[in-house]
Amino acid sequence: MSMDLRTISITPLRQTFGHLARRMGADKPATRYMEATMDLQPVENYHYRPTWEPQYEIFDARRTRIVMHDWYALKDPRQYYYGPWTLARGRMGETAGGDFDLVDELGLAAAYPAEGRDLALRVLLPLRHVAWASNINNAYVSAYGYGIAITQAACYASMDQLGVAQYVTRLAIAFDDLESLASAKSAWLEGREWQELRHFVEDLMVEHDWFALLVAQDFVIDGLLYPLLYERFNDKLNAAYGPVFSMLTRFQREWAGETAKWIDSVLKVAAGESPENKAQLAVWINDFRERTVKALTPIATIAFGDKATAMLDEVILQLNTRAAKAGIPL
Amino acid sequence: MTSNAFIAFQTNDVTRSIVEAIVEDNPGAIVVEQPAMVKIDVPDRLVIRRTSVEEKLGRDFDLQELQLHLITISGHLDETDDEFTLSWNS
Amino acid sequence: MDMKTSKKLGLKERYTMMTRDLAWDTTYQPMDKVFPQVGYEGIKIHDWDKWEDPFRLTMDAYWKYQAEKERKLYAILDAFNQNNGHLSVTDGRYINVLKLFLGSTPPLELMAARGFSMVGRQMVGAGPRVACQMQAVDEYRHFQTQIHSISNYNKFYNGMDEFAHQQSRMWYLSDGKSFFDDAITAGPFEFMVAIGFAFEYVLTNILFVPFISGAAYNGDMAAMTVGFSAQSDEARHMTLGLECIKFMLEQDPDNLAIVQRWIDKWTWRGTRKLASVGMMMDYMLPKRIMSFKEAWEIYFEQNGAALFTDLARYGVTIPKCFAQTVEEKEHVTHQSWLGFYMKPESTPFHTWIPGPDELDWLSEKYPNTFDKYYRPMYEYLDAQEKAGNRFNNKTQPMNCQVCVNTIKYNEPGDPMEMCFRETVYQGEKFHFCSGHCQEIFEDEPEKYIQTYISSHQALQGNCAPEGVDTHAPDFNPGSHIADYWRLDPRATGDFNGSEDQKNFAAWRDLATKN
Repeated sequence: MSMDLRTISITPLRQTFGHLARRMGADKPATRYMEATMDLQPVENYHYRPTWEPQYEIFDARRTRIVMHDWYALKDPRQYYYGPWTLARGRMGETAGGDFDLVDELGLAAAYPAEGRDLALRVLLPLRHVAWASNINNAYVSAYGYGIAITQAACYASMDQLGVAQYVTRLAIAFDDLESLASAKSAWLEGREWQELRHFVEDLMVEHDWFALLVAQDFVIDGLLYPLLYERFNDKLNAAYGPVFSMLTRFQREWAGETAKWIDSVLKVAAGESPENKAQLAVWINDFRERTVKALTPIATIAFGDKATAMLDEVILQLNTRAAKAGIPL
Repeated sequence: MTSNAFIAFQTNDVTRSIVEAIVEDNPGAIVVEQPAMVKIDVPDRLVIRRTSVEEKLGRDFDLQELQLHLITISGHLDETDDEFTLSWNS
Repeated sequence: MDMKTSKKLGLKERYTMMTRDLAWDTTYQPMDKVFPQVGYEGIKIHDWDKWEDPFRLTMDAYWKYQAEKERKLYAILDAFNQNNGHLSVTDGRYINVLKLFLGSTPPLELMAARGFSMVGRQMVGAGPRVACQMQAVDEYRHFQTQIHSISNYNKFYNGMDEFAHQQSRMWYLSDGKSFFDDAITAGPFEFMVAIGFAFEYVLTNILFVPFISGAAYNGDMAAMTVGFSAQSDEARHMTLGLECIKFMLEQDPDNLAIVQRWIDKWTWRGTRKLASVGMMMDYMLPKRIMSFKEAWEIYFEQNGAALFTDLARYGVTIPKCFAQTVEEKEHVTHQSWLGFYMKPESTPFHTWIPGPDELDWLSEKYPNTFDKYYRPMYEYLDAQEKAGNRFNNKTQPMNCQVCVNTIKYNEPGDPMEMCFRETVYQGEKFHFCSGHCQEIFEDEPEKYIQTYISSHQALQGNCAPEGVDTHAPDFNPGSHIADYWRLDPRATGDFNGSEDQKNFAAWRDLATKN
C-alpha cells in the first residue's frame, strides 16, 4: 500500500487539551510551553499526607505567605520548558567552552598579570559556594513550590546555579591553580570577609517559605552580586589587566541578564495580585537587601578599595529600580 | 552462577560502530536485534573501550557520548575517560 | 599532594571538584536543621563521602548532550505531525495505547520530578543530591515530551483531551497515583528505594523497552522517539537507584532490615502497577513484538536474578513476592483486559475482543493458561456481543486498600479462585487484593487507612462535578460520576462502531484512493 499522507487535509476534532481550552477561552492551538506547564500538578484527592510534614498536603499552597488565586499566572516570560531551556544552555555552554579553549590555546591565563589573577581569584572563586547555596535553595522551591509554572523555572534555576558553580571552579583549572580553590574554600569557611554572606545563605537553608527563598536568592542576592562582581568588578579587571576574565565569566553575565527577566516578571505578577502580597514582598526585599549589602561590603572593599561604597550604591539603586518596575515600592 | 551484564542502544549509524567494538572486545557477547533497538548481553562483565570505538568510527569519541544512544543497562557501572564497564561482582 | 596538575585531572577527580567540593558543613545553622529529613526513617549514614557517583556529568556536558537529544526529538515530532503520521500506524486500535499511556504516565513522571527535587534538597551528601536534582530535571523532560508527542493525536482522536483533569479523579488511574503519593510521602531514603531502585532499576525496563520497541513496530515514530529518548536518561537513573541501595547497605548493618522491607514492599507495588502495561503489550498493540510474559522473564526474572544474586553479599534476599509474580505473569494481563472490557462506560479508551489470529497468538504465548482459562471467556463474551447482549458491569468495584487495584486477581496456586484478604483495624474492616498488600497495610496502618478509594468516595457523594449540590434530596451519587471525570461518551465502549474507527478509516481512504 502506498500512501501519500502529506497531501491530505483533514480537519482536527479539537485544537488542544480541555484544561488549556478552558484557560485560553477558546479552542485554539496551545504553545508547547503551555502544554508542558499549565494545570499539570495534582491539586486534589491525595492518598496520604507526607510523613515528613503531616500538617500539609503533598502539594499545599499554604507553604508560603504569598497568596495567588491562580498559581499558573506566574508564567515564565522566556517560555522555558525543558527543551528550550536545555537548548539555550547548550548554546551558552558551547560559547563558554570555546572561550575556555581559546584562553588555554593562546596561553592567556599564564600571561595574565599575577597581581590581577590573585585579586580576581580571591574575589571570584568563593562565589562557587554562593552558587551552590542558591542551587540548594532553588531546589527547595522546585520541591515544595506550588504549580508547575514556578517549580519548573526554579528547577532550571537550581541546575543553572550548579552550572555557574562549575564554571567558577573552571577558573582555577584555567589558571592551573587548584590550590586557589582550597584557599577560596578556607576563606569561605573562615575568612572574615565572607562570613556575613555565608551566615545569610545558611539562614536561608532553614527558611520554610519558598517564595521568600525566590526573593532572597534570585532577586536580591543575585540582583546585587552579579552587577557588582560579574559586571563592575569584571570591568575593572578588563581595564587594568585585559579581558581574560571577561571571556571566562561570559556565561554568568548572559545568564544573569536572562534570569532577571524571569524573576522580575514573577514578582510583578505576585505583587499585582493583592496589596498583601505587595507588602510582604516589600518587607522581604528590604530585609534581604540590608543583609546582602552588609555581606557584600567587605568583598566590595577587596574588589574596589575606596570605590566600594559608590559601587554598592549603584547596584542598590539598580535593584530598587527593578523592584519599582515590578510594582513594589520599597 | 553466571549473570549477564547488558546494554541496549537505539539503532543508528553511530551505535553500529559501538556494537562492533563491543563484540570485538567482549568474547561471548550476544547481540539481539529488535525493532529500532539492539541489545548486547555479556556474561559477568561488559566493557566499552574508547579507543576501540574511535577506531570503528574513525573519529574521536568521548565515552559520555553514549548518553545519546543508550536505552538501558544492567550491572554495576564504572566510568572512566577510557572505559565504560558494566559488571556483576558475584 | 601535587595540586598543580589540574589539566590532567581524570574524570573522577574533576567531577569531585565540580560537585562535592562545592559543599561545606554549615555552622551558622546546624546540619540537622538544614537537612531535617534524613534521620527519621531509621537509616544510619556515617560517612556521606563514601557515596560513589554514578554517571559523572558536569552541567556543560549534560546540556550539550541533552540539547542534542531534544533537537533530534522535536525535529522528528514536527515531521511526524506535519505528515499526518498518525495515519501511518498499523491500525486505529493502536491509538488507544496512547490514551492509556497519556493518562497514566506523564502525571507520574511529574510526581517523579517533584519527588526527586525533594530528595535532591534533602540528602546530606552533595553527590546524591546532585544526582537526584539531575534526575528531577530529566523527569520534567519526560512528562513534557510525552505530552508533546501525543498532543497531535489529541487533535484527531477522542479520549485524550482531559488527561490532566482525570489524573486525580479517574478510578483506574488511582493505582498509579497511590503508588507515587505513597513514595513521595515517605522519607527520602524510602523514596529512593521505591522509585530509584524498585521502579527505575527493577521495573521500568518492562514499561519502556518492549513497549517502545512495540510502538516502533506499529509505525508510531513519535512515541518511539520520545520513549527511547527518555530511556537514554533512564540508564543514569537506574545507576543512581542501584548506587543508593549499595550505599545504604554499606553504611550500617542495621540498614539491611529496613531496606529489605522496602524492597519487598516496592517491588510488589510496582508489579501491581505494571499489570496495565502488560495489558498494552498483549492486547493493545496490533502488531506484537513480545508477550508480557516474555518481557517479564527477560527484564524481571533474569535481570532481577542477576541483581539479587549480586546484592546477596549484603544479605539482601530476593523480593518476597518474586514467586507470586512469576506465577501471575501468565494471568494478570488477561485479567486486566477482561476487567476493562467489562466496564465499557468507565474509561476514555476503547476495548475490543481480540480477533481470531490474536487469540491464537495469545494461546501460543500463554500455553499454560490462555486456552484453559481465558479463551473460553473471550469466546463467550464475543458471542454475547454479537447477539446484542454486550456485557456491561455497572456495579462499583471493590478496591484494594493498598494498591487500589480492583480486587480481581486470583488466589496463588488457584486460578479459578479470586484472591481476597481483609484486616480489621480500629474496628473497621479493610480489604486487599493479596497477602502482600495486606502485609504492607499491617506494617503501616496509619498511612494506609488514608487511601483515597474513588468507588467509596463516589458512594459518599464526594465525586460530584463542580456546581452540583450533593445535599439536594434527589442527589444520586452514581449519576454524576461521568461528569466528575469529564468523560467524553464518544471515547468510551467498543472500538467497533466508534468515531475513532470511522475517522481513521475515512482519513486513510483519503490518502490511498483518488
